[in-house]
Amino acid sequence: MPPSIEPTAAVNALETSATYGAGVADLFSDYPFGRAWDEMFSSSGVTRPAYDAVVAAVQSLDADELRARAEGLARSFLDRGVTFDVGGVESPFPTDLIPRIIEAAEWEVVARGVAQRVRALEAFLTDVYGDRRVVEDGVVPHRVLITSKYFERHAYGIEPPNGVRIHVAGIDLIRDEQGKFRVLEDNVRIPSGVSYVLENRRATMQALPELFSGVRARTVSDYPAKLLQALRKAAPRGVTDPTIVLLTPGSYNAAYFEHTLLARTMGVELVEGRDLVCSNNTVRMRTTSGERRVDVIYRRVDDAFLDPVHFIPNSVLGCPGLLTAARAGNVTIANAVGNGVADDKLLYTYVPDFVRYYLNEEPLIDNVDTFRLEEAEHLAEVIDRLDELVLKPVDGSGGKGIVIGPQAGRDELDELRVKILADPRGWIAQQVVHLSTVPTVIGDKIAPRHVDLRPFAVNDGDDVWVLPGGLTRVALPEGSLVVNSSQGGGSKDTLVLDAPRSYPAFAASADGADLDRPVEDVADTRMAAQVTMRSPDPGPMAMQDQQQQQQ
Amino acid sequence: MLSRIAESLFWIGRYIERADDTARILDIYLQQILEDASVEEEACRTLFDVMGRAMPSDGGRVGVREVLQQLAYDRQAPSSITGALSAARVNARSARDSVSSEMWEALNLTFLDLSEQRRRAERVGAHRFFQWVRERTSLANGVADSTMSRDESWLFLDLGRSIERVDMTARLITTRAAGATSGPAWTTLLRACGANEAYLRTYRGRVSDRTAAEFLLLDRLFPRSMFFALSRAEDRVGMLDRGGEGRVGTEDAARRLLGRARTGLEFRGVDEMLSDLPGYLESIQSACADATSAIGTRYFPHAVIQWVGKGA
Repeated sequence: MPPSIEPTAAVNALETSATYGAGVADLFSDYPFGRAWDEMFSSSGVTRPAYDAVVAAVQSLDADELRARAEGLARSFLDRGVTFDVGGVESPFPTDLIPRIIEAAEWEVVARGVAQRVRALEAFLTDVYGDRRVVEDGVVPHRVLITSKYFERHAYGIEPPNGVRIHVAGIDLIRDEQGKFRVLEDNVRIPSGVSYVLENRRATMQALPELFSGVRARTVSDYPAKLLQALRKAAPRGVTDPTIVLLTPGSYNAAYFEHTLLARTMGVELVEGRDLVCSNNTVRMRTTSGERRVDVIYRRVDDAFLDPVHFIPNSVLGCPGLLTAARAGNVTIANAVGNGVADDKLLYTYVPDFVRYYLNEEPLIDNVDTFRLEEAEHLAEVIDRLDELVLKPVDGSGGKGIVIGPQAGRDELDELRVKILADPRGWIAQQVVHLSTVPTVIGDKIAPRHVDLRPFAVNDGDDVWVLPGGLTRVALPEGSLVVNSSQGGGSKDTLVLDAPRSYPAFAASADGADLDRPVEDVADTRMAAQVTMRSPDPGPMAMQDQQQQQQ
Repeated sequence: MLSRIAESLFWIGRYIERADDTARILDIYLQQILEDASVEEEACRTLFDVMGRAMPSDGGRVGVREVLQQLAYDRQAPSSITGALSAARVNARSARDSVSSEMWEALNLTFLDLSEQRRRAERVGAHRFFQWVRERTSLANGVADSTMSRDESWLFLDLGRSIERVDMTARLITTRAAGATSGPAWTTLLRACGANEAYLRTYRGRVSDRTAAEFLLLDRLFPRSMFFALSRAEDRVGMLDRGGEGRVGTEDAARRLLGRARTGLEFRGVDEMLSDLPGYLESIQSACADATSAIGTRYFPHAVIQWVGKGA
């Protein structure tokens, strides 16, 4: 299973092997190329066609304008309170001016691959908390399942009404040195970041309007409606008009901005644990006119804090009795409890097998080559080559605990070796992958920075819908491969190109090729038909009066 | 709507109004001191009393510096301007899904700009700071009025605003009633409320302490008069208490308290009021406080039963 591994070069800086050719605007001068796949330039001075419009838009700016626009962009995030909190301090989420472009054909593969993966994980979770055929048939060892930290006994017997456990998934992808997309990890507990996708689009359209007149990008604004639809379909049986709430840990949570944005755009209540009360196996929320029944809880609170009766007993973020109500079928918890087992990085190595096993398909997007340290010969090889590999704890998220071998010091590696030998189940090892780079505004220059991509998928039980684009995270320090926002990461707007612009727009929407566009667009086009309105009433102050008074 | 959100909105209304009114009160006082520096100590002590703040404990001098520090720039105390604006923003953040985005942005920008404005005030004088606060609170109020549906959320916001206005107007008038020599003149009070022109127009220049007091306390049409604000609060409580109209009186405690306070004003002439102004003002303030806790009991009940796990 593990590939034969070539020695990997140091990755702490991008080796400069070529620079952007002469004759192009200064902003791209000295643009270095390294081992990584650059998404904008195929080689020095040669732009990939998808980025023509971006290059044209950016080249129309000089360094001052570039800086002014980047600052305006940052300021608009702060003013609107688009922040994430680190240790209780609100920080703006840095967004880069230059968007990332994904071509229609490339996206098609990504979207299908992500949907495929979500369907496989969905089948896996149903199986894990059901018959466990997957163990019986020898696809995954029993001990791997039950030793997963996020495997939840409490999830047994909670039957999701429409069979969906993964209402929202965020699948982290990267592009390797050949430009090929690979899955880095799965997030099917409470993936966050979608609000930045929405905000990035709004902000980038304002900051770089030139670009949007030149490209036709697929909209991202449907997300809240799709999520709401999935949550409605997940309502307990017999509930036709469900009351849906979004459960947030509160305003000090890192993703609080996102919770408010989703609640507002879906038109549902944003509740905290203390707003909920459980009795008689039902969940209700305290309102000004008494308690009101809740049917679906889109929770952004971790399993461990969800219900003090079953999990951490002094948690105040959840509500005692929630799980029992869910088990009684009176409330749906989305995403389902116990999904974490599918996020386990050791089980990640089995996902391609799950795709084959449950769906009888070949995986459309491959994993990054990974060592299972449980297997003795893998462990031996990894221990031998710690300084060449990336080591990740299986239950980490947010980039926590990751050790990048070539960048680690001797002491750190020694310490790591001890930890791994003590708990091989707790770690995986991967090749160092040079994530692809996209030009990014750094000061008044443009330089390559490494990026990943988190597409978001929504499963409503009938269909897995993938939001066009997703969150592109950028590792802002030069050469850094860690994109997590808690570790100095930023983000970029991600444009998925649509079919080329064709006029008239109205005809395009009529032939059904355009179903992804929001309904209002179509209505607007119709409204544009000849309207003649009276000019605004000028009021009694006529010109002559003024002139006479001035006499 | 959620009780927690309702409570946040109520307090957003109160904090915005508090920042506005405190800025107005401080502004006229500092103006007064500027004109006659000899009253500084006494005027500042009165201010601390009127605003219900403890005097700086070291027993030292109490001057403009202390007043600005504690009543304008203190970040922690919810009774200082800065504290109130920060608290309004914190509440708006926790009710982020119920306040309109424009409202949130108005409050957020105000908050983000606070330290810059303070620095500016230290260069060009506190008056500019107070002016800025008045502008920002007007903006927040205007945006709330033009972007929020007139549903419960707006009613709670407006209720908070009205109750706070009654309370602060009572404090403002107390500065006149309490400060024997250092207190501002009635016309100064009118100007602080932005009421001077309206007053002059109404009384056609027949200016006297009595008519000024009458205008600030009892005018039915001017929105910052105590009667107007009190009636408005009463009206909002009534709208929240829909269906509470029984055959006999009213069940709602807040409604009873505010109604009684309002009739106490309405049916007591200005002369009778002036005979014991501090006493009446105090009774109105305590009516506001009692009404607030009655509203809390009815609409913002907090969790009564808590799960206490084995590990807790």
